[in-house]
Amino acid sequence: MLGRSLHLRHLDAGSCNACDWELAALLNPVYDVRRLGIDFVASPRHADGVVVTGPVTRNLEAAVRRTFEAIPDPRVVIAVGACAASGGIVGVGYASAGGVDRVLPVDVYIPGCPPRPEAIIFGILVALGRLDARRRPCQG
Amino acid sequence: MDALRASAVGSVDADVGPRPSDLTLRLGRAGDLPAAAAVLIGPHAMALATVVATDETATPHRDLKVRYIFEPTAPGAPDRFVTLLISVDAARPEVPSLTTAVPAANWHEREMRDLFGIAPVGHPDPRSLVVHDGWPRGVFPLRKHFDGSRRVPVEPADEFPHLVAEGEGVFEIPVGPIHAGIIEPGHFRFTSVGETVLNLDARLFYTHRGLEKRMEGLSPLDAFYIAERICGVCSFAHGMGYCEALEQIAGVRAPPRAQLIRSIALELERLYNHVGDVGNICAGASFHYGTAIGARLKERLQQINERLTGNRFLRGLVIPGGVCLDLPDDLLAVLTATLQDTLAGFDSLIGRIEANPSVVDRLDDTGVLQHQAAVDLAVAGVAARASGVDRDARRDHPHGAFADPDPPDLRVATVSEGDAMARVTVRALEVRESIRLVGEFVRRLEPGLSRVALAEPLPGGRIGISAIESARGEAVHWLRTDAVGRVERYHLRSPSYHNWPAVALAAETAIVPDFPLVNKSFELCYSCTDR
Repeated sequence: MLGRSLHLRHLDAGSCNACDWELAALLNPVYDVRRLGIDFVASPRHADGVVVTGPVTRNLEAAVRRTFEAIPDPRVVIAVGACAASGGIVGVGYASAGGVDRVLPVDVYIPGCPPRPEAIIFGILVALGRLDARRRPCQG
Repeated sequence: MDALRASAVGSVDADVGPRPSDLTLRLGRAGDLPAAAAVLIGPHAMALATVVATDETATPHRDLKVRYIFEPTAPGAPDRFVTLLISVDAARPEVPSLTTAVPAANWHEREMRDLFGIAPVGHPDPRSLVVHDGWPRGVFPLRKHFDGSRRVPVEPADEFPHLVAEGEGVFEIPVGPIHAGIIEPGHFRFTSVGETVLNLDARLFYTHRGLEKRMEGLSPLDAFYIAERICGVCSFAHGMGYCEALEQIAGVRAPPRAQLIRSIALELERLYNHVGDVGNICAGASFHYGTAIGARLKERLQQINERLTGNRFLRGLVIPGGVCLDLPDDLLAVLTATLQDTLAGFDSLIGRIEANPSVVDRLDDTGVLQHQAAVDLAVAGVAARASGVDRDARRDHPHGAFADPDPPDLRVATVSEGDAMARVTVRALEVRESIRLVGEFVRRLEPGLSRVALAEPLPGGRIGISAIESARGEAVHWLRTDAVGRVERYHLRSPSYHNWPAVALAAETAIVPDFPLVNKSFELCYSCTDR
């Protein structure tokens, strides 16, 4: 049942911090996602996937790629918020690549500005199913 | 004025503006800038509020302009901005640097060099600030001929030259930009001997999204939605500051009911931030009971935000011309009851912090910001008031309900110690004051209009300026419309922009393991610094 648990690394790719604070709220005594086997870990090496907030800024693009590459495969990418999902109000420009899927393969998109904590929990649970489906062939 | 003229070699022309209470001084000679700034800061006890560069090469002026905007610092001084305006030759874009005499100008000048190619001659730090490694030389994104929707190739670059100390037993500790917790990105380069921090070089602007450029050319009514989203936890304050600047340009005032509702929301933003910040300071001090209580109280406040406005960060309430949602009496009753519960829970938390010697030991004398450093860097908000600087934009630049002819009384909380404990104490006093103020605003609410219409196109070629006391401190908004009433230039100087250099100074009085605590006691935003 280890596959039911998901340890995620947060990756701020240029967010306005609203989505970041909602991720932090998932750990508060009201939402307490640890009871669902979900936790945020300090190193990408310890993670099953990454939760990305914000569009990918030019100044963070290299760090975003390197964080993703440090996560062991199979790994899931969850784009949280309008900016991560589509570029949002930032779009594509001299300082921004746009949505996260311009840089990383995204598995689950969670829209909202910012999405409510309940929506983020739902999206992570969707991602859990996705991760299971990917693991099955490996487990043979 | 006479002292200014006496200090200048060239001409000094004075105009009223942008607001009727403000003054704009055009210096005929850019070389007179340091002397003029010295007169404002010395005899007139003013501080640098913001610096705004504009590209006017496509106008008949055919130049770049830089506005150095100052504000009085004495409590009870009139609400006034004094702008020193200089013209810069586009063929040789150079200005004399103010940084060695006015440390608060440091980042403003580096930003202007990166984004406009205006060189601050004599600036002690030649490194880039906003654009990072690989940005091509000679490309300045805030110049008008630069197409902001274009991606720019990355050029090979050397490693960034961090300021570090060297010697036997000296270690360099690189941290970030991606951090171990759920926080915003920034790079901190510590040099330390054992636990003691010798130097901290903080590199920010990782979340620079080019938002000021993004707003240019848009209708000011559309650009509002970007201003409201520059920062998550300052959403309401920044949205309101933009609206106040735009309303000056349009020549309208939001109705009294809207002003009161705006002030209620501004205090609610301060409340959920301050309460959450005290909880997070407990996390920095390894007092997990306090962390959990702070998180629970903050969650309750964000839930009431959502009931009032449909958004946990109060987005979607303020709108140019007023507010677009009214607050009915039954919701106000729920709000009042929630705030009374919050007050009881918060007082209990503060009591437990103060009664816990191991927490107090971590907070006392940790991360000290000296009064003079806070003045020199024009530090804002809680950090300034915890170092004895008596500044609060609600009183110094009245906005919302404080702009009423009969404004409510505001007790500005200051303490003098300048350490992490002082910043907790100021937040505790301000939480109680905010709850009292919300009660006062609710009592003053009378039926009436909550919004006036702004007609498009908006007046062309006008400037609006506003200063809002957000949870982090004073934010200064500067907005100008072009000839057809679209956004020609918008600039936000967030409180965090002036406070980040103070974090580095305070960290140098601490040990490495206390840095998270020092950082959380300032609790600054990266996103509204980086924009």
